[in-house]
Amino acid sequence: MAEGIRDKVAIVGMGCSQFGERWDCSAEDLMVESFGEALADANIERDRIEAAWFGLSSDDQGPGKSALSLSSTLRLPNIAATRVENMCATGTEALRGAVYGVASGAYDIALALGVEKLKDTGYGGLPERTKGTFEDLWFPSVTAPGSFAQFASAYVASHGIDMDQLKEAMAHVSWKSHENGALNPKAHLRKRVTKEKILGAPMIAYPLGLFDCCGVSDGSACAIVTTPAIAEKLGGSGPLVTVKSMQLALSNGSEIGHDSWDGSYAMTTRIASERAYREAGIRDPRAELDLIEVHDCFSITELVTMEDLGLSDIGRGWQDVLAGKYDSDGEIPCNIDGGLKCFGHPIGATGLRMVYELYQQLRGSAGDRQLDAPTLGLTHNLGGFPNKNVCSISVIGTC
Amino acid sequence: MQHRGIVSFGAYVPRRRLARKAIGAANAWANPGLASAARGDRAICAHDEDSLTMAVEASRLALSALPDSAAIEALFFASTTMPFADRQNAGLIAEAVSLPSAIRSTDAGGSLRAGVGALRTALDGPGDTIVVASDKRLTRPGSAQELRLGDAAAALVTGSEELIADYLGGTAVSIDFTDHYRTSDSDFDYQLEERWARDEGVMKIIPPIVQELLDQNGTAGEAIAHFVVAGLGGRDAKAVAGRCGIPEGAVTPDLHANCGDTGTGHPLLLLTKALQSAAPGDLILVLGYGQGAEALLFRATGNIGKAAAMTGTDAMLESGVADDNYLRFLSFNGHVAMDWGMRAERDNRTAQSAFYRHRQTVTSCIGGRCTACDTPQFPMSRICANPECRQTDTQQPEPFADKPASVKSFTEDWLALSFNPPLVYGNVRFEGGGVAMLEFSDFEPGEVSVDAPLAMQFRIKDIDEKREFRRYCWKAVPPRSPSPQSKGNANG
Repeated sequence: MAEGIRDKVAIVGMGCSQFGERWDCSAEDLMVESFGEALADANIERDRIEAAWFGLSSDDQGPGKSALSLSSTLRLPNIAATRVENMCATGTEALRGAVYGVASGAYDIALALGVEKLKDTGYGGLPERTKGTFEDLWFPSVTAPGSFAQFASAYVASHGIDMDQLKEAMAHVSWKSHENGALNPKAHLRKRVTKEKILGAPMIAYPLGLFDCCGVSDGSACAIVTTPAIAEKLGGSGPLVTVKSMQLALSNGSEIGHDSWDGSYAMTTRIASERAYREAGIRDPRAELDLIEVHDCFSITELVTMEDLGLSDIGRGWQDVLAGKYDSDGEIPCNIDGGLKCFGHPIGATGLRMVYELYQQLRGSAGDRQLDAPTLGLTHNLGGFPNKNVCSISVIGTC
Repeated sequence: MQHRGIVSFGAYVPRRRLARKAIGAANAWANPGLASAARGDRAICAHDEDSLTMAVEASRLALSALPDSAAIEALFFASTTMPFADRQNAGLIAEAVSLPSAIRSTDAGGSLRAGVGALRTALDGPGDTIVVASDKRLTRPGSAQELRLGDAAAALVTGSEELIADYLGGTAVSIDFTDHYRTSDSDFDYQLEERWARDEGVMKIIPPIVQELLDQNGTAGEAIAHFVVAGLGGRDAKAVAGRCGIPEGAVTPDLHANCGDTGTGHPLLLLTKALQSAAPGDLILVLGYGQGAEALLFRATGNIGKAAAMTGTDAMLESGVADDNYLRFLSFNGHVAMDWGMRAERDNRTAQSAFYRHRQTVTSCIGGRCTACDTPQFPMSRICANPECRQTDTQQPEPFADKPASVKSFTEDWLALSFNPPLVYGNVRFEGGGVAMLEFSDFEPGEVSVDAPLAMQFRIKDIDEKREFRRYCWKAVPPRSPSPQSKGNANG
């Protein structure tokens, strides 16, 4: 088995734009915003960047196809630049490209930047997209909330609990995200909300109400990665942050086409996390992980992810959520920055935004939301639908 | 001479029944006269039904009563509301019900008489033929027709063996009597005065050809046990019967109370009712009326008892749901332009070449069964979906349309575009294996639950306003009773 990338690549600079409804900004403006912060953080000249990976999901809503907009906007020095797209894991895929580029020895310093400009569609929710010439003929015209909402009906059926009990736990997830987001100056949604308001919100896709759904936001996030040796020479402040593992698992049609999956969990999260723990040398994630940033596109997604990551027992995640295990003062704080729910979800930037939060927390620069000396964290993206998806897991820690 | 006659039948009435009281109340400001006739219900299509989808459902039910639908040699579709003027509707219906391509298929229209006309053509011709007639009847808001008409389909299989009713003969007359009309580019009928239509039309055109038919068969009106006549109204039907010497009690009820006059298919719909109440030897006289008339005479055979197990009008009428939402009815029929938001601006272009390649999946609901591991799967794919198998090119066609199914997971999506929100969809588990994520229809909010039973129906998928095309697919609906799958369809 391959030895993996554990500690072969360090993160030396990160940036993240203000997330939200950035009516005044184009995708290019957002890219400049996150890139500028990362470059200053890394304390390097732009010309030292040797390759770039660009994460952008909806090219028709933003700067178009290819990585030309990245190269042109940032005036990169005619280096290799590649656009990547893998649904909601797009941002993490950009980072994986840069990390692998450095780990392979092909480049000393590489850039990963993700951006999404979603608020030019003119309506709420994600842009309508075709599913291809075949599926458009017969497949339902699903939305993201409608797809993920089905986790809830299947979870209730599989574990024999009442929908009301699950709804209460889901409300706790959203309540916690709003509590966390209120402390994050870059977050899209910074208002605290009560559980009563969450439970009484209008229905979007049964059983998901408005507050069970994440924000649809504009934003960009950026990382500059290099070898640990070069990072040491650059001499940045705080502990050295390295990549412990990056794993990706894609559905292969089993969930949507075979009855061996019951619909109540994300099969790919279970597979990718197992691989990521192995690559990172994690034996007991419940004890070793200090914080996690997971793909809470919807409250129910975060809830089942706690089980899929092995942090809660199967069928018991809802109880752990209600007991506060994943709150900011719980055993494993989850989405301390507000998550997709409140920090926002500009698709191409989201994975990098999660790493941005870990990077801040590990270096002790997370301001009002700083946790007590964390050393190991995990990010998780789940793109697509529960029955057909892309899952990425990254483990990031101090060295 | 070889006997010809009816082998089986199927009736389809949409699940939704609009209370006429709702029509009367909403239009009282404009036409207070409607209130006195606003009693009972009328059957209405859902937002994703039309004359073609109803015809598919009626055809499936008629075919499900056969031991072997492979014997069918022709399909005739009669309607005055076909969705396509130049794309054969009958051919699309035939593919949707998985008839072999080596059949004759014909569309017949132009008059409400077309259903009975197509039936007679089938009876006069050779071979086993399925005749299906259907109309989704658009009516002008606030009109008397809006109260009187309804939507439904009926199908009959004609042949020479295992007959439940022998065909004894027919008569016809063609007269350009215009009691109503609709031009090719118009949505609504133009209706002439009812008294003239009755006195100069019905009462003068029908009795002579009925008499001629009775004479041809050496019988008299009083021998008719079931008089099937549509489109006249109960009182006029009895008056015609009286003029023809047919006992008033023989008139098959016109279904005005809970269905309405469903047009081209209505005589066939009533015929299913007559067949289910007939005893061996009963004479059944069926009349088609419109710009003349056509009269057919049948005699119930010793096999008529089989009709009880077929799906006729009564079973359909017993399994409806009450609806009093008049505004939604108007929206379903395009009479009000609701604000569906920007998501409705989606381009629903159909890649016809892709559709043609995949029409077995899309139109016929045929998936695959792996010959290596025996796993049914939808849609068919090159490599088996079973994680324990993964063999390549091992799948054989597997029909899914008639498989009983149940809900694995679901949602009611208020964000997604639907012309009858919420858009309901979910993962579906088919009995005997196979899963798929499908759109649901005919469920009201709160009606769906995990493990709830489902049946498949052919429905409108999308309407492409820009190119004036509509595409169809199979959706999951609550099973009607009795359901096609309980009949052991030969395709299944």
